[in-house]
This record gives sequence, C-alpha cells and structure tokens, in this order.
Amino acid sequence: MPFIPHTEDDVREMLATLGVPSIEALFGEIPAELYCGELELPPALKEMEIARLMRARAQQNRPLLCFAGAGAYEHYIPAAVWAVTGRGEFYSAYTPYQAEASQGTLQVLYEYQSMMAGLTAMDVSNASLYDGATSLAEAVLMAVRTNRKSHSRRILMPKTVHPFYRRVVETIVSSQALELIELPYDIETGCIDPASLETHSDTDVAALVIPQINFFGLLEAVDELTEWAAANGAIAIALVNPMALALLKPPGEWGKTGANIACGEGQPLGIPLSGGGPYFGFMCCRKAHLHQLPGRLVGRTVDAEGKRGFTLTLQAREQHIRRGRATSNICTNQGLMVTAATIYMALLGPEGLRRVALQCHRNTLSLMNGLAAVDGVERVFSGPFFHEAVYRTRKPAREIMDGLAEQGILAGYELARDYPELGEAILVCATETRTEEEIELYVRRVASLLEL
Amino acid sequence: MLIFDRSRRGRAARAQWLPEAGESPVIPDHLLRKSRPSLPEVSELDVVRHYTRLSQQNYSIDTQFYPLGSCTMKYNPKVCHDLANLPEFLNTHPLALERAGQGTLACLYELQEMLREITGMAGVSLACAAGAQGEFAGVLMIRAYHGLRGDSARTEMLVPDAAHGTNPASASMGGFQVREVATGPDGNVDLAALAQAVGPQTAGIMLTNPSTLGVFDQHVQAIADVVHKAGGLLYYDGANLNAIAGKVRPGDMGFDVIHLNLHKTFSTPHGGGGPGAGPVGVNDKLLPYLPLPVVAKDGPRYRMLTEADRPHSIGHLVTFAGNVGVLLRAYVYIRMLGREGLRRVAEFSTLNANYLLKKLVEAGFEPAFPQRLAAHEFIITLKRLAKERHVTALDFAKRLLDYGVHAPTVYFPLLIPECFLIEPTETESKDTLDRFAEVMAAILKEAETDPDRLKSAPHSLSVRRLDEVRAARHPDLAYKAE
Repeated sequence: MPFIPHTEDDVREMLATLGVPSIEALFGEIPAELYCGELELPPALKEMEIARLMRARAQQNRPLLCFAGAGAYEHYIPAAVWAVTGRGEFYSAYTPYQAEASQGTLQVLYEYQSMMAGLTAMDVSNASLYDGATSLAEAVLMAVRTNRKSHSRRILMPKTVHPFYRRVVETIVSSQALELIELPYDIETGCIDPASLETHSDTDVAALVIPQINFFGLLEAVDELTEWAAANGAIAIALVNPMALALLKPPGEWGKTGANIACGEGQPLGIPLSGGGPYFGFMCCRKAHLHQLPGRLVGRTVDAEGKRGFTLTLQAREQHIRRGRATSNICTNQGLMVTAATIYMALLGPEGLRRVALQCHRNTLSLMNGLAAVDGVERVFSGPFFHEAVYRTRKPAREIMDGLAEQGILAGYELARDYPELGEAILVCATETRTEEEIELYVRRVASLLEL
Repeated sequence: MLIFDRSRRGRAARAQWLPEAGESPVIPDHLLRKSRPSLPEVSELDVVRHYTRLSQQNYSIDTQFYPLGSCTMKYNPKVCHDLANLPEFLNTHPLALERAGQGTLACLYELQEMLREITGMAGVSLACAAGAQGEFAGVLMIRAYHGLRGDSARTEMLVPDAAHGTNPASASMGGFQVREVATGPDGNVDLAALAQAVGPQTAGIMLTNPSTLGVFDQHVQAIADVVHKAGGLLYYDGANLNAIAGKVRPGDMGFDVIHLNLHKTFSTPHGGGGPGAGPVGVNDKLLPYLPLPVVAKDGPRYRMLTEADRPHSIGHLVTFAGNVGVLLRAYVYIRMLGREGLRRVAEFSTLNANYLLKKLVEAGFEPAFPQRLAAHEFIITLKRLAKERHVTALDFAKRLLDYGVHAPTVYFPLLIPECFLIEPTETESKDTLDRFAEVMAAILKEAETDPDRLKSAPHSLSVRRLDEVRAARHPDLAYKAE
C-alpha cells in the first residue's frame, strides 16, 4: 500500500481497540446506496514505473528556444534558489498558524515583504497572491474599497494592459457591479496618450491602472499618468514587472506622490516557466491603504521574553475571521514561490538584479536592431522599450511562428487575436539567457523565411 | 538575525553577476531608477546558510507529526516533486503548451478525466489556483446558470454555520448575500432550519461532507432534495474528500458543482501556505459554464478549449493554465495509488482518526460528538479545562509544540468552544498515534498539576509565546535600515 505504514498487526490491534470487526464498520453512518463501487481508474504504478512514464511524457514536450515573454519570462535561476527552497521544512509545512513553530516561513515572508516594498518603493507588501492577473483583479477591488474621495465603481483599464489580465479582471469583478472602461492607446507610440485622459477628467473614476512596462514592452508616461490620477481623485494602480524595477523608476516615486498600489507577476524572480504556474502575484501599497490590503501579512513582534519574532497579523481583514465581509476570499498565498523569490533577490542583490535587467534590455535591443535591418520587417512602435518589443512582417505572423517553430524556435506571441489593428505583429522578448549567436540565428531565420 | 543584518556594502554572490560592459540603456533618464533598491548585499554562502537555518525553525510534515485538522497534512511523496521538475516540464513556456507541451497536456487531460471519475461529475477544469478560487468559480457558475435562465431573484447563498470562512467570503465575492444555516446537536445540518431558509431567493447551498465537524451528514440526499426542489444548486467543498475518496462520490450525493484541494487529498505540498490547486467539477447542468482553459483531446493531439468552444464559460480566473506544476504532482500521486490505493486512503485515514479519538477519550478527553463515528478527522473540546484550570485550547496547543508535535487546528469550527480539530491522515503509523495520545495525556496531567507550564508555553522553540496583539497594534511589516 503506497504511503500507508500499517502492518497487519497494527490493523488488528486498532480494530480491537475500537471494538469493531472491520474498517468497513467505521463507515456505517454513510447510507449504503451512496457507495460507488469500483472506479474506472488505471491500476497502481510503482515508483519506477511512474518515473518511466513521466520521463516519456517529458520527452513528448519539445523544448523551443524561447523568444516569448507576454507575461512569463525565461530567466536564469541560480542553483542555490531551489536547492534551499526545496528543503522539506519549507516544502511540507503549512500556513504559519502556529507562529512559534513556523518562524522559518514567517521570517522568510517578512524578508520578502521588505524586499518587495524596497523594490517598488512602497510602504508595505502583502505575503503574495496567486499570480499577476489575480493581483490586478484584487488591486482593482481594493482601489474601490479604499478610495475615500470617490464612490465611483468605474475603473480605467488601458488596452496596453496584458489582454489575459484584462479578461481575468473581468471574470473576477463581474459580479461586483464594477465598470471597466477601456482606455485606448496611441497607434503610433503604443502607449496611453495622457491627453486622452482629459475626456475622463470631469467624470468620477475610482482608479486608473498604469502598466509599466506595458504589454507591448513599451514605457508609459508614468509620472503624468500618476499625477492625473492624483488630481482626479483616482487611485493609481501600478502594474509592474519586478525585474524591470531594478532599472526603472519604482512606482513609489512616480509623479509627485507615487502610485497608491503596486501589483504584478512575481515569476521573473526565480520561478520556472512550468507551463504557466505555479507563479505568484505581489501587491504593495501605501500605509494609508493597509487595512484594505487583501491576503496574508506577516508582522514583526516580540515574544514573552522580549526577543524578536514574527507572526501573521491584521487577520481581521481575512476570511477565516471576517467570513462574508472579508477583504477577499483568499486563504493561502504562494508561500513556496515566495520563498524562492526571496532567496533569488538575496542572491542577486541590488547590483546583480540591475545587471540581469540591463542584459535583458540590451539583448532585446540587439534583436530589434537585427530585425530592423531585414527586408520585410518593421518595428511597430518607435518609443523606448525594456525587454519586449513588437515587429511586423510582410508575411502572416502565423507563418513566422510556424516556420521558426519547425527550426526549434519559439518566435514570440502573435498579437492578431487581441490587437487586429496592428496587422501581422509579433511580440518578442530576449532575456539575459539568450546568447548573441541565438539572437543572430533568430534574425537569420526570419530573414530566410521572408525570402521564400 | 535578518538577511538585511548580514548585509555589507560591496559584498555579493558574484557568480550571479553578469558582465557590466556594454551599451547604456536606451531609456529616457526620467524613467530610470535613481535609488538603489534596498536588497541585501550578501555572499552566496551567507544566503544558503541563512535560509537553511530558517528552514530549521519550521515544523513540517517531513520533520514532525502535523495533525492540523481540515488541512490533510499527509506525506508529500518525493517522487511527485522530482517528476514534476523534469526540465522539459519546467522549461515549457505557457504560450507554447499546445505547440511544445503535448506531454504536459497529456498528463493534464488524464488528470481531468481521473478527477471526473473520482468525483462522479460530468466535466472538470483544472484552472483554479487554490481551493478558495475553486469555490469562487463554483459560485460564479451557479450565478451564470440562474442568470442565463433569467432567474434573477436568486440572490442568497446558504452556508452552514460550521463552514470554512472561505465559503461565505467566496459567496459574497460572487455577489450573493450569505444566509447561515444552523447545525443540529448531532453535527448534521438542521433540516428544519434548512426548510425555513430555502425559497425562491435561494441560489444554492455550499456544503462540506464530511463536514468541518468531522462527521458525515447522513441526510445529504434529503438536503439535496430540499434545495433542488426550491430551484437552488448544491455546491460541494472538497476540503474533506480524503475521508471518502474512492468510496463515495459527490456527484452521487446530488451535488451540482464541486471543488477539490489537490494539496489536501492529492498530497501536493502545502509549501508554507501555497501554491495549491483547486480544480472544479460540474454535472451536465453546469458544463457550459466551466472556467477556461479546459484540455481537450482531438485525435492524437491535445489542445486548450477557448471561448470559441465554450461561449457560456464564466471565463478565465488565472493568467495562464493554472498551477501546472502542482497538477503534475497530483497526477503522479493518483497514478501511483490507482483505484485500490485511493480507496485505502479513505479507509486508513478513517481508521486512524477513529483509533486516535478512542485513545484520547480513554485518556480523559471530551469528544464534541460522542455519539458519532469520526470521519477522517474529529473534534475534542477542552472547555472543562478552560473553566476549571483556566488553561485554554491555545495554551494546550502551544505546549504540544514543546513535545515536538505540530498542534491541531484550534478554535475552528467556531461552534465548538475551546476545540481541537484533529486530522491524523493515513500516512501516520499506529506508533505515531500512540505517542501523540501519550503526549496529550501527559499535558492533561500537567494542566492539573502545573497549569502555568502550559500558559507560558512554548519553552523549547526558537522563540517563546509571541505577542500577537502588539503585532496588530503597531504593525511592523517591512525592515527599515536604521
């Protein structure tokens, strides 16, 4: 019996103690007609057999040289990150309800909160949410709760926000009577035109979402946008890539007063691509909004002898205390992912992280310079970008995607479905893991496909 | 010591630094960061030693008995971790799953099918990131079902008062008013109270069975009848599926929609509080509304269904395809158990719970429902101790930590005063249970002879009892350099 330690003697003695003839008798309260009989499941496999099966399945995946980003990024993960994160004491513990027996997890979370607050230049961070899209949905709900200047339930949601994020926000807030107003982008720059906000200046708006970097990899005019929000009584929600923040102005310093809430996807910080998850979402805010922040929070306190220690805190916001009136239904965070991210940030440090960000930026610059020289390729937007950019070819994007895939390259993400107005456009990304040779190879392959 | 206290200007894990040389960024100056982010500057050995030491300050399944009720803290097989971490699984970009991740999708598809069979539902979606999100998806599906029928008066969700806090929170996040239903003295839903609560305003009821009180509600079919007749739907919170896996299926009990906690019944790791995974299952009525993506098989190839295939879907709840790494672990686990193994999970978790209950009753502890059999978990109440010796369940729990045992769930369900919710799980041996019963008896004796020993516990961990009131009154949530 896999993972069940009982010997026959054990079972006999236990049944004798209970005074019942069989284990079956312990199910006596369940109505007989509810039993399901034999399930149609495959027979049990031994460890060696399942290992063989899974290795064969893994072989059916076909690793492609990754030039895709669009919300999930291939970064190098130092060996120490998962060597320590994978320790059973982290891996097989649960939510630190018994603080004294969970100081390891609690201190990691406190250090994580500190690092994220530092990276975003915000006052506080929660202990994480599910992923980037859900963090944005929670930020939108939080903005409506915390905005004292406005009773509006209208949210300005730029079209330069990841389309997957927008659809998740829609699902999650659909039942809360919020109105998501799509904010168009300038077709030349690929960014929100701050002047376009003027049409909303005399209407009551609860929040403005500001993506930096935006879905096209471009840099938004974050100072102007944040100031517009401040001037119009709207909460400024910064949707940011934490890796980019090693290089870019952090949300806490946007405009004169900084953004109110910062959220986003934590995957770039030491989490493998893993087909889409598990990742983690982060959320930071200014102190004034603390009591509307959803999710677990760890605080520093002292023990009975005055020694420093850590505990879950401000739990009155949460579902297990407040039930139907909680700030969110979220129960867990993404503890293990956050442990990895904390170790990743500690290993890289401020300079190491800056260099990774810079190398991503340079590689994508180099890729786009190479592509610009190819006949039949054009850059779609002219403004500065971080580590993703959009190009268009005279052939259908699908042909480029398929053609490169045949040669073992994931060309990027096709934009036609979500942005038909951009034509045959591909969003491409070259992180620090791509070499000069690989970038040249990519450009050569695109060029030869266009020559055909 | 915090990692920040170890920081020294100019120290670094230099093996992780990429070369500096190269062009400067082509980014306008006013968009660049001017301040250094306050991350620690430490060596690689500093990092490894610091976090390894922190790990040693945790109780975990790998190191301690962890009978945390309602959380199913069973052994997380190492092989599940190993096989989910094969590089071909780890390195697949989420947007390349169909193109380059057929092996991953094959596992996900089969997992969907196996969970469908285990729960007796018509369809399963693996997308939800955690149990609470699965609940929320279920609530949205119930809303969509009534909405599409034009049945807009159904504004109330019934939730038994013993339910997990996430149930009412998910219901209200889904736009419903929550109406509590009382529990009878035997731990079952009070049928008379239910009959009074249902009506044309009832959207559905959210039930856990066996309930959080550790007993199987025998009247579940009657409950299903009452709610269905009133036009409502039944939601099954799969938190306690470990008690009945392979023997009784929620679909056969009359439930329309369910969620599962893979980190409970299917042994994926709890990770210090996540990541989990909360697949949802539905019967035919709700099939069109399942959240996306769902994995489908077209001939030899697997693909992800979209809005074009499922126009009535409630939509997407996470960025990509859900917590794939967690799903792969659950897949490995179920394949290793097979049909026999799954049933044994229910049988031996139930045997362990009833045995431990009996041992504790013999040791002088008071069960919350003495007339009932335990499911895979049970409740004892320490209210007499609290009254006579002023020793609370919390004091008792903290003292257990001194004996190298993680405490059971305390003060939940809220209905039972000074309670312990104890779930031993099937992966613990009789020896472990016997020792736990001995420790409990020893602490009970201490409570009589030396109650202060409990009130001031723990004594043997890295910290003594922590001041939670201070933590909440003066929130210190991030390190600030002196």
